[in-house]
Amino acid sequence: MRTYLALLFSGLLFAAPLAARAEPIDFTEKLDIGISTDEIAITSDFRGADLTIFGAIDGADPGLLAQGKYNIVVALEGPKENTTVRKKERVFGIWINTNSMTFEKVPESYSLSSTRDIETIAPPGDMNNMGIGVDHMPLTPIGFIGDGSNLTEFRDAFRRLRETTGIYQRDPGGVQFISSSLFKASLRLPADVPNGSHIVRAYLFRDGLFVAAKALELRVVKTGLEQAITTAAHQQPFLYGLVAVLLAVVTGWLASIVFRRD
Amino acid sequence: MTVYLPIAELSVNIFIILGMGAAVGFLSGMFGVGGGFLITPLLIFYNIPPVVAVATGANQVVASSISGAITHFRRGTIDIKLGTVLLCGGLAGATVGIWIFALLRRIGQLDLVISLAYVLLLGTVGSLMLWESINALRRAAKNETVTLKRPGHHNWVHRLPLKMRFKKSKIYLSVIPIAVLGFCIGILTSVMGVGGGFIMVPAMIYLLRIPTNVVVGTSLFQIIFVSAYTVIVQASANYTVDIVLAFVLMIAGVIGAQYGVRVGQRLRGEQLRALLALLVLAVGIRLAIELVIPPKEVYSIVSAGLGF
Repeated sequence: MRTYLALLFSGLLFAAPLAARAEPIDFTEKLDIGISTDEIAITSDFRGADLTIFGAIDGADPGLLAQGKYNIVVALEGPKENTTVRKKERVFGIWINTNSMTFEKVPESYSLSSTRDIETIAPPGDMNNMGIGVDHMPLTPIGFIGDGSNLTEFRDAFRRLRETTGIYQRDPGGVQFISSSLFKASLRLPADVPNGSHIVRAYLFRDGLFVAAKALELRVVKTGLEQAITTAAHQQPFLYGLVAVLLAVVTGWLASIVFRRD
Repeated sequence: MTVYLPIAELSVNIFIILGMGAAVGFLSGMFGVGGGFLITPLLIFYNIPPVVAVATGANQVVASSISGAITHFRRGTIDIKLGTVLLCGGLAGATVGIWIFALLRRIGQLDLVISLAYVLLLGTVGSLMLWESINALRRAAKNETVTLKRPGHHNWVHRLPLKMRFKKSKIYLSVIPIAVLGFCIGILTSVMGVGGGFIMVPAMIYLLRIPTNVVVGTSLFQIIFVSAYTVIVQASANYTVDIVLAFVLMIAGVIGAQYGVRVGQRLRGEQLRALLALLVLAVGIRLAIELVIPPKEVYSIVSAGLGF
């Protein structure tokens, strides 16, 4: 019965227009995920963190499961900011920033983990619609961009730079099934992970079709002294500056006493 | 061992930062300069966002200038009156500098202007100092007496109005060139994160003909206040002073400086000046090369936060 229903649904889905594919239709499969913590604390010796997300496919078809037709993609999206890419060109023999393009609300960090390479999980068009993966996330320019002919080069540069610095990363084998319908996803948070509200998004695909999605919030926060310093710097900037100077004065003064030789 | 910098928002290896601080402290103790012109480029090279590097560099300069100035104060080689005139110009310059800094950051040319300014300044000052010290070394080799022009030899600077008597320096000089010099150095302090001693000292000796013995102490006196002012303004306006980074740099810096002073005392004045000139030139050339050779990556990313 379930197989029949599933077949019926996938039949319906093929009939539906392409754009509608991104919207989950009422599949029998449900996706559930959980993380051990909803908060990552940045301490003074923070060197990045590994995050494990557990999940289960509810109501999966055992036959399809056995054939490995189910694929899971888990993405951790950092806080979103408008981001500018600048390009240097040679002007009078020196290299200076000439062109720039600003993209609207792109994640400051992005970590992707999947059962296999996402390009083989679903057609690129679907991935673009849902914005899954570094190559598919929407990069919408804001402001004047001329005829848009350099849009591709700026987008490519953005993706390349973010991946080479490791703030965007992908792990095509990071999601593993630990039992027939239970899976675990490993995500790496780099040492320079931005503070703020991150979102864990999990997507379930069945045989190339998007079936279900689930999102959870993960907060990355500074703690203790680090938090106190940041708060002070932003809430009491003048006092903070004064303390910084005072610290320098005391250090310099102590040094001149300790090392006094006359 | 890593340490998280709360304002720069990244983890760094504490030993690398300590090493930088100690090395720059050593050189600054050896040559009697603040070392800001070395620490800021080094920090930027180590991926610290330039806006944080400039503001935090100024904080480190406060610590190293204080310990130097106290020594000079004990020896009585600070002209407070002269220093105060310099300081008035300096504070005005620093205020203008902060404004320029914010403007350049907005239009995306801050890194270019910082690099160009460094190349220009370090190149000029380095070449002049090298030229002067090589001549001095050659004279010393021939056992000639060094004939620095005595104060009292007048140039156009001494024909300006608003003259004032500076007892400690034993000079009678217009306040205009002094305040203008202070003003220019003030701009550099807030835009480049340098104390400016490496420019101020030669300018005071060769341009204003202030006796050498009070020059270093007096310039340190002015640098303390202008840097401190810059730190407070940068902290208030841009939130870019990283107190953890500054503290690590300071500790290593003041210790390194003590060893630098000892090595410096074993060298003769003109030898020291020649070495400092070479160092200044080397940093300048390194930055110039970066501007001229095709970069490995022509693109750069700026997010709304600390980058620029």
